[in-house]
Amino acid sequence: MKNLELPSEFRDGLKAIAPLSLGVTSFAVAYGLLARKAGLSLLSLTLMSLLVFAGAAQFVAISLLISGSSLLLILFTTFVVNSRYFLMGASLGPYTRKWGTKWQVLLSFLLSDESYAMTISHFTKNVPNKHYQLGVSLGLYVEWFVFTVIGGLMGSFLGDPQTFGLDFALPATFMVLLLPMIRGWRHATACILTGILSIAGFLFLPPKWYIPIATVLGTTIGGMLELWKRK
Amino acid sequence: MEAEITSLIIGMTVLTFFTRFASAIILRRVNVSEKWNALMTYVPIAVFTTIIVPALLTPREKLDVSIQNEYLIAGLISLLFAYKTKNLVGTVIIGIAVILFLRFAFGL
Repeated sequence: MKNLELPSEFRDGLKAIAPLSLGVTSFAVAYGLLARKAGLSLLSLTLMSLLVFAGAAQFVAISLLISGSSLLLILFTTFVVNSRYFLMGASLGPYTRKWGTKWQVLLSFLLSDESYAMTISHFTKNVPNKHYQLGVSLGLYVEWFVFTVIGGLMGSFLGDPQTFGLDFALPATFMVLLLPMIRGWRHATACILTGILSIAGFLFLPPKWYIPIATVLGTTIGGMLELWKRK
Repeated sequence: MEAEITSLIIGMTVLTFFTRFASAIILRRVNVSEKWNALMTYVPIAVFTTIIVPALLTPREKLDVSIQNEYLIAGLISLLFAYKTKNLVGTVIIGIAVILFLRFAFGL
């Protein structure tokens, strides 16, 4: 039965997500609650989690649904929110393309902010491994699914996670993951300018447009700083 | 309502997968240079800064740069803690504790 054993990298990936769980589970429960409030059936909200699997986009879609927005506007906004995946896919592309189409489809479907953060920081320190990324991604997928259902079932029994400050868990998680990625003043400059741009975008652009604009501009600033270094 | 939700789920599924898969496919045909790799180190920085900064500065969907903003205070304390310890769970718990304390003590 030796060949049925899971690769150790897969198990490493699964273990790596444990510290993220507070952020992910409370976000999933919050989505489940909100979706029920918007009038989605338990089946629909669960299907959305299983098929779309994009926390921020799902959250935005439900909020827009509550405010009575048209289907087209909701789809367009989720596309805007998700456009950051283009860049994440591009930065993982050089690794994933070695692993073939099947793996690229699977890992692309399971890509999330959290799996990206864990994978990219692991890949810069270790030999990139598809089983590691799968472990991280699949673990987060199952976690998202299970706690979405819990949020949907609990409905109003559970209070709003925001009341308990649990909505702070995800940004704090990303903060800890981001810190070691900032190496040198160029990274720091890009980080600070991106922060300023995201707030400017929040103030002056249509809702959620700051997400693609600030990520693209932030990366471009990085590119310009790198070019400057080479001269 | 149900038909609308079904089309919404299908539409979102297709669009989301497209955003995740498109650049992986495009990049298969392009040889990536060292320059490209240097550029790509800025992607996680840009992505996560864009998530973190608005979450701390615009709670309740309004810009709030003041000591009345418990998310900002908690964020700064967590940042210091994260820098010193690199402890993920500890940082998250301390931040939430600060938020709950500020709400309880000052009714923010």
